Amino acid sequence: MRRTVHITGVALVSLLAWQAVVTLADLPRFILPGPDLVFVTFWTSRALIAEHALVTAAEVLLGLGLGAALGFASAILLVASPLTRSVLRPMLVFSQAVPVFALAPILTLWLGYGLWSKVAMALLIIYFPVTSAFFDALMRTPPGWLELARVMKASPGRTLWRIRVPAAMPGFASGLRLAAVYAPIGAIIGEWVGASQGLGYLMLLANGRAKIDLMFAALIVLAVLTLLLHAAVDVVCRRLWDG
Amino acid sequence: MTAPPALHLSGRATIDGAPIFGPISIDAPPGEWTCLLGPSGVGKSTLLRLLAGLGDEVAFDGKVAAGDGAPLGGRVALMAQADLLMPWLDVTANVTLGARLRGMAPQRGRAREVLGRVGLADHAAKRPHALSGGQRQRAALARTLIEDRPVVLLDEPFSALDARSRALMQDLAAEVLAGRTVLHVTHDAAEAARLGHNVLLMTAGGVSCVTPPAAPTPRLYDAPETLGFQGRLLRLLMEAR
Repeated sequence: MRRTVHITGVALVSLLAWQAVVTLADLPRFILPGPDLVFVTFWTSRALIAEHALVTAAEVLLGLGLGAALGFASAILLVASPLTRSVLRPMLVFSQAVPVFALAPILTLWLGYGLWSKVAMALLIIYFPVTSAFFDALMRTPPGWLELARVMKASPGRTLWRIRVPAAMPGFASGLRLAAVYAPIGAIIGEWVGASQGLGYLMLLANGRAKIDLMFAALIVLAVLTLLLHAAVDVVCRRLWDG
Repeated sequence: MTAPPALHLSGRATIDGAPIFGPISIDAPPGEWTCLLGPSGVGKSTLLRLLAGLGDEVAFDGKVAAGDGAPLGGRVALMAQADLLMPWLDVTANVTLGARLRGMAPQRGRAREVLGRVGLADHAAKRPHALSGGQRQRAALARTLIEDRPVVLLDEPFSALDARSRALMQDLAAEVLAGRTVLHVTHDAAEAARLGHNVLLMTAGGVSCVTPPAAPTPRLYDAPETLGFQGRLLRLLMEAR
């Protein structure tokens, strides 16, 4: 309850400040439209915005799901076999030296202008944080638990599955929380590079036609979607792994 | 449970070239409770870890053996100062962890029986964070019991408990672990005086055997002979260098 009041308060103050800047500086509406105009545009264009938001949401959710699954599997592979660790880990770090942004045109070339090039961007951008957070957590199992498992004559596979993986789930959860914020960035970059649908595409389109109010409406919807996604991931992670 | 063997360890141990203990020799008779009493940092826990088949970081030059000549691996249960309960499992699942780690079906009926013995029958479905420190150690004791190993190694398992919980746990452990070969590492002279059929004093100078009172264990904490023996152990600890 207090949190809701707090958030509403912050939002109201921000809106007032925004309106004050527009009024006091007498800014033209093609530079910075006021919140009133943005809201009116949001309402009149709600069907258009919703249509594009759905596309972006689908890209983000698919990218998040696939990236999380791939990150989970990779971290387990890295932990389970020292051989894969010695081969894959340098490759992983090297892959981070290539800016994901720079890959967007290539992905569009390979996967086309549709959904999958954006899903791939979202996936690529979250894959490393998820893998890295989960891998680090898997490598930090409290030694007492591992020794207990050894004295109990557990096989390495069962020790991994019954002790190391569950013990590392809070680490996986923190990777997922990061991913929930990063995944929309990937999808939007993908849409900027080449798309015919999605909020990123809509913003570029509005920009080209000097419809800055529509741009802002789309931007705010994107921010709200990201916040909702982060909150939802947070709730799920808390339920499942933080007791 | 198979017949409990005697335990023997002799030799010296180093970690990265730094001496940890030895050369020493200790023996724990079969089916009896042996306390290994000594100050912190004298290598008691390292010795216990070697007997448990752990201690990869230790360079050990010597011999670890069971009295019957068979290997110790698979015949040992370990209970440490930390309860090592898994927070994501309830008490029953924690107690039956060993079976599941070995790919066997968890023995739920046996778990109920063992939890009843340690007084946790009403807490079987709780998670560890819902238990008190004493209850958590009871759960750890139940997990040790259900393994049903003839050799039980205790590494200061009661040292983090308050005085009352500790005395109760000592009584309980002495009762439920009777008949097994127990090697109990402790730095508490009062604990050694209550529980040990045999008391080994381990100091930087080596290991010596101190004969405890004849009274059966667990000895009464306020009996004159227990208190007298506790005083004697403390004196020996103070005089050792």
